Amino acid sequence: MNTHALSLKDMRKSQAIWFAGIAAALVLWFALYRQLLPSAQWLVAQTPIKPGSHLASSVEFFFYDTPKVLMLLTLVVFAMGVVRTFFSPEHTRALLAGKREGLGNIAAAHLGIVTPFCSCSAVPLFVGFVSAGVPLGVTFSFLIAAPMVNEVALGLLFALVGWQVALTYLAFGLGLAIVAGWVIGRLHLEGWLEPWVREVRAGETELEDIHMSWVDRFEAGWDAVKEIVGKVWYWIIAGIAAGAFIHGYVPAELLSHIMGADRWWSVPAAILLGIPMYSNAAGIIPVIEALLGKGTALGTVLAFMMSVIALSFPEMIILRKVLSLKLIAVFIAVVGCGILAVGYLFNALFS
Amino acid sequence: MKDIKVLGPGCKRCQTTEDMVKAAAGELGLDVSVEKVTDYAEIAKYGIVSTPGIVIDGKVVHAGGLPKEDDLKRWLNA
Repeated sequence: MNTHALSLKDMRKSQAIWFAGIAAALVLWFALYRQLLPSAQWLVAQTPIKPGSHLASSVEFFFYDTPKVLMLLTLVVFAMGVVRTFFSPEHTRALLAGKREGLGNIAAAHLGIVTPFCSCSAVPLFVGFVSAGVPLGVTFSFLIAAPMVNEVALGLLFALVGWQVALTYLAFGLGLAIVAGWVIGRLHLEGWLEPWVREVRAGETELEDIHMSWVDRFEAGWDAVKEIVGKVWYWIIAGIAAGAFIHGYVPAELLSHIMGADRWWSVPAAILLGIPMYSNAAGIIPVIEALLGKGTALGTVLAFMMSVIALSFPEMIILRKVLSLKLIAVFIAVVGCGILAVGYLFNALFS
Repeated sequence: MKDIKVLGPGCKRCQTTEDMVKAAAGELGLDVSVEKVTDYAEIAKYGIVSTPGIVIDGKVVHAGGLPKEDDLKRWLNA
Protein backbone atom coordinates (compact mmCIF):
# COMPACT_ATOMS: atom_id res chain seq x y z
CA MET A 1 0.00 0.00 0.00
CA ASN A 2 1.10 3.45 -0.78
CA THR A 3 0.33 4.90 2.61
CA HIS A 4 2.76 2.54 4.29
CA ALA A 5 5.54 4.07 2.29
CA LEU A 6 4.85 7.48 3.83
CA SER A 7 7.58 8.19 6.27
CA LEU A 8 6.96 10.06 9.51
CA LYS A 9 8.73 13.04 8.02
CA ASP A 10 6.30 13.23 5.12
CA MET A 11 3.35 12.83 7.44
CA ARG A 12 4.48 15.82 9.46
CA LYS A 13 4.11 17.96 6.38
CA SER A 14 0.42 17.19 6.04
CA GLN A 15 -1.99 19.62 7.57
CA ALA A 16 -4.81 17.06 7.76
CA ILE A 17 -2.65 14.65 9.72
CA TRP A 18 -1.65 17.38 12.16
CA PHE A 19 -5.28 18.33 12.79
CA ALA A 20 -6.32 14.69 13.22
CA GLY A 21 -3.34 14.01 15.44
CA ILE A 22 -4.05 16.99 17.67
CA ALA A 23 -7.73 16.02 17.98
CA ALA A 24 -6.78 12.47 18.96
CA ALA A 25 -4.16 13.73 21.41
CA LEU A 26 -6.72 16.03 23.04
CA VAL A 27 -9.23 13.20 23.55
CA LEU A 28 -6.52 11.01 25.02
CA TRP A 29 -5.36 13.92 27.19
CA PHE A 30 -8.80 14.42 28.77
CA ALA A 31 -9.34 10.70 29.24
CA LEU A 32 -6.02 10.37 31.03
CA TYR A 33 -6.58 13.51 33.06
CA ARG A 34 -9.82 12.21 34.54
CA GLN A 35 -8.06 9.09 35.74
CA LEU A 36 -5.28 10.87 37.60
CA LEU A 37 -6.78 11.09 41.08
CA PRO A 38 -8.08 7.48 41.21
CA SER A 39 -4.72 6.22 39.93
CA ALA A 40 -2.80 8.20 42.54
CA GLN A 41 -5.04 6.84 45.30
CA TRP A 42 -4.67 3.33 43.92
CA LEU A 43 -0.89 3.68 43.78
CA VAL A 44 -0.69 4.82 47.39
CA ALA A 45 -2.98 1.96 48.43
CA GLN A 46 -0.51 -0.49 46.91
CA THR A 47 2.27 0.73 49.18
CA PRO A 48 2.60 -0.26 52.83
CA ILE A 49 2.02 3.36 53.89
CA LYS A 50 -0.66 3.65 56.53
CA PRO A 51 -3.81 5.22 55.02
CA GLY A 52 -4.67 8.63 56.40
CA SER A 53 -1.16 9.29 57.70
CA HIS A 54 0.92 12.41 56.94
CA LEU A 55 3.10 10.34 54.65
CA ALA A 56 0.13 8.96 52.71
CA SER A 57 -1.21 12.47 52.22
CA SER A 58 2.18 13.72 51.00
CA VAL A 59 2.78 10.79 48.66
CA GLU A 60 -0.70 10.99 47.17
CA PHE A 61 -0.27 14.72 46.54
CA PHE A 62 3.01 13.98 44.77
CA PHE A 63 1.66 11.16 42.58
CA TYR A 64 -1.41 13.17 41.66
CA ASP A 65 0.20 16.54 41.06
CA THR A 66 3.26 15.49 39.08
CA PRO A 67 1.41 14.06 36.06
CA LYS A 68 -1.32 16.68 36.40
CA VAL A 69 1.04 19.63 36.26
CA LEU A 70 3.14 18.17 33.48
CA MET A 71 0.08 17.40 31.36
CA LEU A 72 -1.39 20.85 31.88
CA LEU A 73 1.90 22.50 31.13
CA THR A 74 2.25 20.58 27.87
CA LEU A 75 -1.21 21.63 26.75
CA VAL A 76 -0.78 25.29 27.68
CA VAL A 77 2.70 25.61 26.23
CA PHE A 78 1.64 24.03 22.96
CA ALA A 79 -1.33 26.37 22.58
CA MET A 80 0.76 29.41 23.45
CA GLY A 81 3.56 28.28 21.14
CA VAL A 82 1.06 28.30 18.28
CA VAL A 83 -0.36 31.72 19.28
CA ARG A 84 3.14 33.21 19.44
CA THR A 85 3.85 32.40 15.81
CA PHE A 86 1.46 35.26 14.99
CA PHE A 87 3.74 37.75 16.78
CA SER A 88 7.40 38.66 16.68
CA PRO A 89 9.48 41.11 18.72
CA GLU A 90 10.21 43.06 15.52
CA HIS A 91 6.51 43.53 14.85
CA THR A 92 5.85 44.46 18.45
CA ARG A 93 8.54 47.10 18.28
CA ALA A 94 7.07 48.54 15.11
CA LEU A 95 3.70 48.69 16.84
CA LEU A 96 5.11 50.45 19.89
CA ALA A 97 7.57 52.85 18.31
CA GLY A 98 6.43 56.42 18.69
CA LYS A 99 3.42 55.42 20.78
CA ARG A 100 2.59 57.90 23.44
CA GLU A 101 2.87 56.98 27.09
CA GLY A 102 -0.29 55.75 28.67
CA LEU A 103 -1.77 53.99 25.67
CA GLY A 104 1.72 52.76 24.82
CA ASN A 105 2.14 51.26 28.29
CA ILE A 106 -1.15 49.42 27.99
CA ALA A 107 -0.29 48.05 24.55
CA ALA A 108 3.21 47.08 25.67
CA ALA A 109 2.00 45.12 28.70
CA HIS A 110 -0.47 43.15 26.58
CA LEU A 111 2.04 42.51 23.83
CA GLY A 112 4.43 41.29 26.51
CA ILE A 113 2.18 38.29 27.05
CA VAL A 114 2.00 37.11 23.46
CA THR A 115 5.35 38.15 21.99
CA PRO A 116 7.90 35.35 21.95
CA PHE A 117 10.70 36.39 24.24
CA CYS A 118 13.57 34.59 25.88
CA SER A 119 15.52 36.09 28.74
CA CYS A 120 18.81 35.82 26.84
CA SER A 121 17.27 38.29 24.37
CA ALA A 122 16.42 40.80 27.10
CA VAL A 123 19.33 43.12 26.35
CA PRO A 124 19.04 43.20 22.54
CA LEU A 125 15.32 43.68 22.99
CA PHE A 126 15.74 46.53 25.42
CA VAL A 127 18.30 48.29 23.24
CA GLY A 128 16.31 47.58 20.10
CA PHE A 129 13.17 49.07 21.59
CA VAL A 130 14.77 52.18 23.06
CA SER A 131 16.88 52.94 20.00
CA ALA A 132 13.86 52.64 17.73
CA GLY A 133 12.03 55.34 19.65
CA VAL A 134 9.92 53.24 21.99
CA PRO A 135 9.69 55.38 25.17
CA LEU A 136 11.65 54.06 28.15
CA GLY A 137 8.56 53.61 30.31
CA VAL A 138 6.75 51.71 27.56
CA THR A 139 9.77 49.43 27.17
CA PHE A 140 9.64 48.73 30.90
CA SER A 141 5.97 47.88 30.73
CA PHE A 142 6.86 45.24 28.18
CA LEU A 143 9.82 43.92 30.15
CA ILE A 144 7.81 43.63 33.36
CA ALA A 145 4.81 41.94 31.78
CA ALA A 146 6.73 39.49 29.59
CA PRO A 147 8.15 37.24 32.31
CA MET A 148 5.46 37.83 34.94
CA VAL A 149 2.23 37.33 33.07
CA ASN A 150 3.30 34.33 31.07
CA GLU A 151 1.31 31.42 29.80
CA VAL A 152 2.93 28.96 32.17
CA ALA A 153 1.97 30.98 35.25
CA LEU A 154 -1.57 31.64 34.06
CA GLY A 155 -2.25 28.14 32.81
CA LEU A 156 -1.04 26.51 35.97
CA LEU A 157 -2.84 28.94 38.29
CA PHE A 158 -6.02 28.33 36.33
CA ALA A 159 -5.65 24.58 36.66
CA LEU A 160 -4.44 24.33 40.23
CA VAL A 161 -6.11 27.15 42.14
CA GLY A 162 -9.01 28.07 39.91
CA TRP A 163 -9.94 30.56 37.22
CA GLN A 164 -10.80 33.36 39.66
CA VAL A 165 -7.24 33.47 40.94
CA ALA A 166 -5.79 33.13 37.43
CA LEU A 167 -7.91 35.99 36.08
CA THR A 168 -7.11 38.24 39.02
CA TYR A 169 -3.44 37.45 38.60
CA LEU A 170 -3.71 38.37 34.92
CA ALA A 171 -5.48 41.65 35.68
CA PHE A 172 -3.13 42.67 38.47
CA GLY A 173 -0.02 41.55 36.58
CA LEU A 174 -1.02 43.67 33.60
CA GLY A 175 -1.99 46.57 35.85
CA LEU A 176 1.33 46.43 37.64
CA ALA A 177 3.31 46.38 34.38
CA ILE A 178 1.30 49.31 33.01
CA VAL A 179 1.52 51.48 36.13
CA ALA A 180 5.15 50.68 36.95
CA GLY A 181 6.19 51.41 33.35
CA TRP A 182 4.21 54.61 33.33
CA VAL A 183 5.78 55.79 36.60
CA ILE A 184 9.28 55.03 35.32
CA GLY A 185 8.44 56.96 32.15
CA ARG A 186 7.17 59.95 34.14
CA LEU A 187 10.43 60.09 36.09
CA HIS A 188 12.35 60.82 32.84
CA LEU A 189 15.31 58.62 33.60
CA GLU A 190 16.66 58.31 30.06
CA GLY A 191 19.89 59.88 31.30
CA TRP A 192 20.43 56.93 33.60
CA LEU A 193 20.87 54.43 30.81
CA GLU A 194 24.37 53.21 30.15
CA PRO A 195 25.96 55.74 27.74
CA TRP A 196 26.43 53.32 24.83
CA VAL A 197 22.72 52.51 24.82
CA ARG A 198 21.82 56.13 24.16
CA GLU A 199 24.29 56.33 21.28
CA VAL A 200 23.12 53.28 19.40
CA ARG A 201 21.23 54.11 16.24
CA ALA A 202 19.37 51.08 15.11
CA GLY A 203 19.73 50.26 11.45
CA GLU A 204 16.66 49.73 9.37
CA THR A 205 15.84 46.12 8.83
CA GLU A 206 13.18 44.68 6.70
CA LEU A 207 12.90 41.01 7.31
CA GLU A 208 11.07 39.23 4.57
CA ASP A 209 7.64 38.20 5.71
CA ILE A 210 7.87 34.47 6.00
CA HIS A 211 4.56 32.92 5.18
CA MET A 212 3.73 30.35 7.81
CA SER A 213 1.39 27.48 7.15
CA TRP A 214 -0.59 25.83 9.93
CA VAL A 215 1.88 22.98 9.84
CA ASP A 216 4.70 25.45 10.59
CA ARG A 217 2.70 26.91 13.46
CA PHE A 218 1.97 23.49 14.96
CA GLU A 219 5.62 22.57 14.58
CA ALA A 220 6.52 25.75 16.47
CA GLY A 221 4.06 24.81 19.22
CA TRP A 222 5.61 21.38 19.50
CA ASP A 223 9.12 22.86 19.56
CA ALA A 224 8.01 25.11 22.43
CA VAL A 225 6.76 22.06 24.35
CA LYS A 226 10.04 20.23 23.84
CA GLU A 227 12.04 23.26 24.87
CA ILE A 228 10.04 24.59 27.83
CA VAL A 229 8.80 21.34 29.31
CA GLY A 230 12.23 19.83 28.71
CA LYS A 231 13.79 22.69 30.63
CA VAL A 232 11.42 23.02 33.57
CA TRP A 233 10.31 19.48 34.41
CA TYR A 234 12.86 19.03 37.18
CA TRP A 235 11.90 22.38 38.66
CA ILE A 236 8.33 21.22 38.71
CA ILE A 237 9.13 17.95 40.38
CA ALA A 238 11.20 19.79 43.00
CA GLY A 239 8.33 22.26 43.46
CA ILE A 240 5.79 19.47 43.84
CA ALA A 241 8.02 17.64 46.31
CA ALA A 242 8.20 20.82 48.41
CA GLY A 243 4.45 21.25 48.01
CA ALA A 244 3.87 17.64 49.02
CA PHE A 245 5.89 18.14 52.17
CA ILE A 246 3.90 21.25 53.11
CA HIS A 247 0.70 19.46 52.23
CA GLY A 248 1.40 16.49 54.48
CA TYR A 249 3.48 17.82 57.33
CA VAL A 250 3.16 21.53 57.93
CA PRO A 251 0.20 22.18 60.20
CA ALA A 252 -2.36 24.63 58.84
CA GLU A 253 -2.44 26.75 62.01
CA LEU A 254 1.28 27.43 61.77
CA LEU A 255 1.11 28.89 58.27
CA SER A 256 -2.09 30.84 58.70
CA HIS A 257 -0.54 32.21 61.86
CA ILE A 258 2.62 33.38 60.06
CA MET A 259 1.18 34.21 56.66
CA GLY A 260 -2.47 34.92 57.35
CA ALA A 261 -4.18 38.09 56.21
CA ASP A 262 -4.15 39.74 59.63
CA ARG A 263 -0.35 39.92 59.70
CA TRP A 264 0.52 43.23 58.06
CA TRP A 265 4.21 42.40 57.70
CA SER A 266 3.62 39.13 55.88
CA VAL A 267 3.34 40.82 52.46
CA PRO A 268 6.64 42.74 52.57
CA ALA A 269 8.32 39.69 54.09
CA ALA A 270 7.07 37.53 51.22
CA ILE A 271 8.42 40.01 48.66
CA LEU A 272 11.85 40.22 50.29
CA LEU A 273 11.96 36.45 50.49
CA GLY A 274 11.13 36.22 46.79
CA ILE A 275 13.87 38.47 45.38
CA PRO A 276 16.89 36.21 45.84
CA MET A 277 14.86 33.15 44.84
CA TYR A 278 15.08 32.37 41.20
CA SER A 279 12.57 29.99 39.89
CA ASN A 280 10.23 30.07 37.00
CA ALA A 281 6.50 30.11 37.45
CA ALA A 282 6.31 26.39 36.85
CA GLY A 283 8.36 25.45 39.88
CA ILE A 284 6.73 27.87 42.28
CA ILE A 285 3.09 27.15 41.59
CA PRO A 286 2.85 23.72 43.22
CA VAL A 287 4.26 25.31 46.38
CA ILE A 288 1.67 28.05 46.11
CA GLU A 289 -1.15 25.58 45.77
CA ALA A 290 -0.02 23.82 48.93
CA LEU A 291 0.44 27.11 50.82
CA LEU A 292 -3.04 28.28 49.89
CA GLY A 293 -4.51 25.00 51.03
CA LYS A 294 -2.96 25.63 54.41
CA GLY A 295 -4.63 28.97 54.99
CA THR A 296 -1.99 31.36 53.71
CA ALA A 297 -3.58 34.60 52.56
CA LEU A 298 -3.98 34.83 48.79
CA GLY A 299 -2.44 38.32 48.48
CA THR A 300 0.64 37.25 50.38
CA VAL A 301 1.07 34.21 48.16
CA LEU A 302 0.63 36.19 44.94
CA ALA A 303 3.07 38.85 46.13
CA PHE A 304 5.58 36.12 46.80
CA MET A 305 5.02 34.65 43.37
CA MET A 306 5.31 37.97 41.54
CA SER A 307 8.44 38.81 43.48
CA VAL A 308 10.11 35.50 42.62
CA ILE A 309 9.35 35.89 38.93
CA ALA A 310 9.58 39.64 38.28
CA LEU A 311 12.35 40.68 40.66
CA SER A 312 15.20 38.25 40.32
CA PHE A 313 18.92 38.78 40.74
CA PRO A 314 19.97 36.97 37.56
CA GLU A 315 17.75 39.25 35.48
CA MET A 316 19.18 42.32 37.22
CA ILE A 317 22.68 41.17 36.30
CA ILE A 318 21.69 40.88 32.65
CA LEU A 319 19.98 44.28 32.69
CA ARG A 320 22.99 45.87 34.41
CA LYS A 321 24.63 45.89 30.96
CA VAL A 322 22.17 48.53 29.80
CA LEU A 323 20.90 50.20 32.98
CA SER A 324 22.86 52.13 35.55
CA LEU A 325 22.64 50.91 39.14
CA LYS A 326 20.44 53.91 39.98
CA LEU A 327 17.96 52.91 37.30
CA ILE A 328 17.93 49.31 38.51
CA ALA A 329 17.24 50.56 42.03
CA VAL A 330 14.30 52.62 40.76
CA PHE A 331 13.04 49.60 38.83
CA ILE A 332 13.15 47.40 41.94
CA ALA A 333 11.53 50.10 44.08
CA VAL A 334 8.68 50.81 41.66
CA VAL A 335 7.91 47.16 40.91
CA GLY A 336 8.31 46.25 44.59
CA CYS A 337 5.80 48.92 45.65
CA GLY A 338 3.40 47.71 42.99
CA ILE A 339 3.62 44.13 44.24
CA LEU A 340 3.14 45.36 47.79
CA ALA A 341 -0.05 47.14 46.74
CA VAL A 342 -1.30 44.04 44.91
CA GLY A 343 -0.64 41.91 47.99
CA TYR A 344 -2.50 44.17 50.40
CA LEU A 345 -5.37 44.72 47.99
CA PHE A 346 -5.84 40.99 47.51
CA ASN A 347 -5.73 40.29 51.19
CA ALA A 348 -8.31 42.99 51.76
CA LEU A 349 -10.57 41.77 48.94
CA PHE A 350 -10.47 38.04 49.58
CA SER A 351 -10.45 37.68 53.32
CA MET B 1 32.85 34.41 -0.91
CA LYS B 2 29.92 35.17 1.32
CA ASP B 3 30.43 37.12 4.48
CA ILE B 4 28.16 35.78 7.21
CA LYS B 5 27.67 37.17 10.68
CA VAL B 6 25.85 35.40 13.48
CA LEU B 7 24.53 37.92 16.00
CA GLY B 8 24.05 36.84 19.59
CA PRO B 9 25.42 37.40 23.07
CA GLY B 10 26.64 33.81 23.32
CA CYS B 11 23.68 31.83 24.53
CA LYS B 12 23.27 28.22 23.59
CA ARG B 13 20.95 28.93 20.70
CA CYS B 14 23.43 31.36 19.16
CA GLN B 15 26.11 28.66 19.23
CA THR B 16 23.70 26.18 17.63
CA THR B 17 22.84 28.72 14.95
CA GLU B 18 26.49 29.23 14.11
CA ASP B 19 27.00 25.47 13.81
CA MET B 20 23.93 25.22 11.58
CA VAL B 21 25.20 27.97 9.28
CA LYS B 22 28.57 26.27 8.93
CA ALA B 23 26.99 22.88 8.31
CA ALA B 24 24.58 24.24 5.70
CA ALA B 25 27.36 26.10 3.89
CA GLY B 26 29.47 22.96 3.94
CA GLU B 27 26.65 20.89 2.46
CA LEU B 28 26.13 23.41 -0.31
CA GLY B 29 29.86 23.56 -0.94
CA LEU B 30 29.92 27.34 -0.50
CA ASP B 31 32.98 29.30 0.42
CA VAL B 32 31.95 31.41 3.41
CA SER B 33 33.48 33.27 6.29
CA VAL B 34 31.43 33.02 9.46
CA GLU B 35 31.94 35.61 12.14
CA LYS B 36 30.26 35.78 15.51
CA VAL B 37 29.12 39.17 16.79
CA THR B 38 28.65 39.16 20.55
CA ASP B 39 28.88 42.85 21.37
CA TYR B 40 25.46 44.24 22.25
CA ALA B 41 26.11 47.62 20.65
CA GLU B 42 27.18 45.95 17.40
CA ILE B 43 24.13 43.69 17.45
CA ALA B 44 21.81 46.64 18.03
CA LYS B 45 23.21 48.44 14.99
CA TYR B 46 21.71 45.79 12.76
CA GLY B 47 18.30 46.74 14.07
CA ILE B 48 17.27 43.33 15.32
CA VAL B 49 15.37 42.89 18.57
CA SER B 50 15.73 39.19 19.22
CA THR B 51 18.71 36.92 18.96
CA PRO B 52 20.22 34.92 17.38
CA GLY B 53 20.29 36.88 14.14
CA ILE B 54 21.93 36.04 10.83
CA VAL B 55 23.43 38.61 8.48
CA ILE B 56 24.56 37.59 4.99
CA ASP B 57 26.63 40.11 3.04
CA GLY B 58 25.34 42.93 5.20
CA LYS B 59 21.66 42.01 4.94
CA VAL B 60 19.73 40.74 7.95
CA VAL B 61 17.93 37.56 6.93
CA HIS B 62 16.86 36.16 10.26
CA ALA B 63 16.19 37.26 13.84
CA GLY B 64 15.01 35.31 16.86
CA GLY B 65 15.13 31.59 17.44
CA LEU B 66 16.80 28.85 15.50
CA PRO B 67 16.55 29.15 11.72
CA LYS B 68 14.99 26.40 9.66
CA GLU B 69 17.43 24.37 7.65
CA ASP B 70 15.54 24.87 4.38
CA ASP B 71 15.42 28.64 4.87
CA LEU B 72 19.09 28.72 5.73
CA LYS B 73 20.02 27.01 2.47
CA ARG B 74 17.75 29.32 0.52
CA TRP B 75 19.38 32.42 2.05
CA LEU B 76 22.85 31.04 1.43
CA ASN B 77 22.05 30.28 -2.20
CA ALA B 78 20.47 33.64 -2.89
